[in-house]
Amino acid sequence: MKALVWHGTQDIRCESVPDPRIEDDRDAIIKVTACAICGSDLHLYDHFMPGMEKGDVMGHEFMGEVVETGKGVNGSLRKGERVVIPFTIICGACDQCKRGFFSVCERSNRNKHLAEKAFGHTTAGLFGYTHLTGGYQGGQAEYVRVPFADRTHIKVPEGLTDEQVLFLGDIFPTGWQAAVQADIQPTDTVAIWGAGPVGQMTIRSAILLGAKQVICIDSVPERLDMARAGGAITIDHTQESTVERLNELTAGKGPEKCIDAVGMEAHSPRALEQVYDRVKQAVMLESDRATVLREMIYVCRPAGILSIPGVYGGLVDKIPMGALMNKGLTVRTGQTHVNRWTDDLVKRIADGQIDPSFVITHRGGLEDGPELYKTFRDKKDNCIKVVLRP
Amino acid sequence: MPASASRPNPPARPGRTRPERPPSRLSSDHRRRPDPATRQVAQGLGWFSLALGVTELTCGDAIARWLGMPRAGALVRAYGVREIVQGVGILGSRDPTPWIWARVAGDGLDVATVLPGLTGDPRHRANTAIALGALAGVGVVDVLCAQALSDAPLAPSERVRADYRSRSGFPKGIAATRGAARDVRPPEFTTPEALRAWA
Repeated sequence: MKALVWHGTQDIRCESVPDPRIEDDRDAIIKVTACAICGSDLHLYDHFMPGMEKGDVMGHEFMGEVVETGKGVNGSLRKGERVVIPFTIICGACDQCKRGFFSVCERSNRNKHLAEKAFGHTTAGLFGYTHLTGGYQGGQAEYVRVPFADRTHIKVPEGLTDEQVLFLGDIFPTGWQAAVQADIQPTDTVAIWGAGPVGQMTIRSAILLGAKQVICIDSVPERLDMARAGGAITIDHTQESTVERLNELTAGKGPEKCIDAVGMEAHSPRALEQVYDRVKQAVMLESDRATVLREMIYVCRPAGILSIPGVYGGLVDKIPMGALMNKGLTVRTGQTHVNRWTDDLVKRIADGQIDPSFVITHRGGLEDGPELYKTFRDKKDNCIKVVLRP
Repeated sequence: MPASASRPNPPARPGRTRPERPPSRLSSDHRRRPDPATRQVAQGLGWFSLALGVTELTCGDAIARWLGMPRAGALVRAYGVREIVQGVGILGSRDPTPWIWARVAGDGLDVATVLPGLTGDPRHRANTAIALGALAGVGVVDVLCAQALSDAPLAPSERVRADYRSRSGFPKGIAATRGAARDVRPPEFTTPEALRAWA
């Protein structure tokens, strides 16, 4: 079959790989009908995340049709059913899954010894996202093996198109969780850093949850256009001071809720900070740039909440713990507990409250994938979200 | 389900015009839109170039002697002229990318000039090592800055910019949707009842 295969830094190729097969009773094989390139795939493309190996199949945001099931799937899935696959693989039976904390499933990461070394404890297995999270082959392919398939799926109701439901596998519940864990109240101003796909979903989620004011910070004009279309006030951080503008919009009090939808590759508008982080990265004294975290801690209203859906992989430096502690800020973060939210979100799509396909700007086949990775990474051609049809 | 919910959004319009050609590293391109930090670093390097150039031009012989190359005074002055030209280029151009890359090339030339001093007159080896260390430090900043400038996103001209202003994602409109999910019951990991704000 054809798949998008990682070969090294900024080297992804569309090539033939062996077809997946059932390896465990709880497996299913899915024929992929649509998959997306996620912003967090770019951390692998740029090789910011450790643990990739040549030959790994990319992709964790995908959906398709069931073509084969193992004996242990026990009727949970039937051939021909349409399913979206959550990027977090879940066993459904461990303590964490039972509590709904699916992204820290204790069983699905088959390389848990690596995760334990890196993070202290294991986290869930993920599709196409390094060997730290199980080394599972990803969904930017014609077919994919889904482990624990009896639980790792979201069924698609009749009448909804692939493009309406595809993002239930990642960016929509990620934006949703980011907003829900910020505990948004009707009097809140919510500031969201990053107008990429997750940022766009977070804006819509904050609106749905009834925030009084939603503000989005980015520098890419077409992304800011889309953010405004979703109901956000925008700040172009290359043109004005984020902190000054946020204070102006909140009568000097700061936003009650701050959400980091950027993550480890943030760029600072301040020269000294940018040089500091780049030099420390260059000499391997830090792995992630904490620009957005520092800014959020500084500007957030005391007793506010910081929500961090943006991906971080390792170590950051110069976190202003004094401000964090003395302002009494709460930090909530984590990979998304996808299946915790999707029953509700499917209903909201079907009810016409939201149509997540608004974010799609580029479409192509798998063979267009390598070029579209570059287009997406470089934000060329007004690219915000890419969907591929294998 | 309303019809609009199942209707795909209209495709973006980026393909309506011919894609613009990416700029070369070796030429200025006003479409480059580096972040403010990179712009400030580039400007700092421009001033540094000017200052170093003036120093080399006026103290060429002394610098050459300090490095143990007493006959290289004219060469150091020539490098000073190069630094001044680069500094003016960086500070005077809308897009300093090629000038910063010129600084990277200049760093290479400087290292090649100073490096033989490590095996030359032992009295000057320490000075040579200091000079090489300084060159390496400035070189790292030059390379990072040049790379950041080259990778800067291009300002989308109105000609190619797609129009996403109607993509709300809310088939029923923003006003009708705002607060539609206020009934969502916060999960146990959001603020515990005992810690909620009063009133």
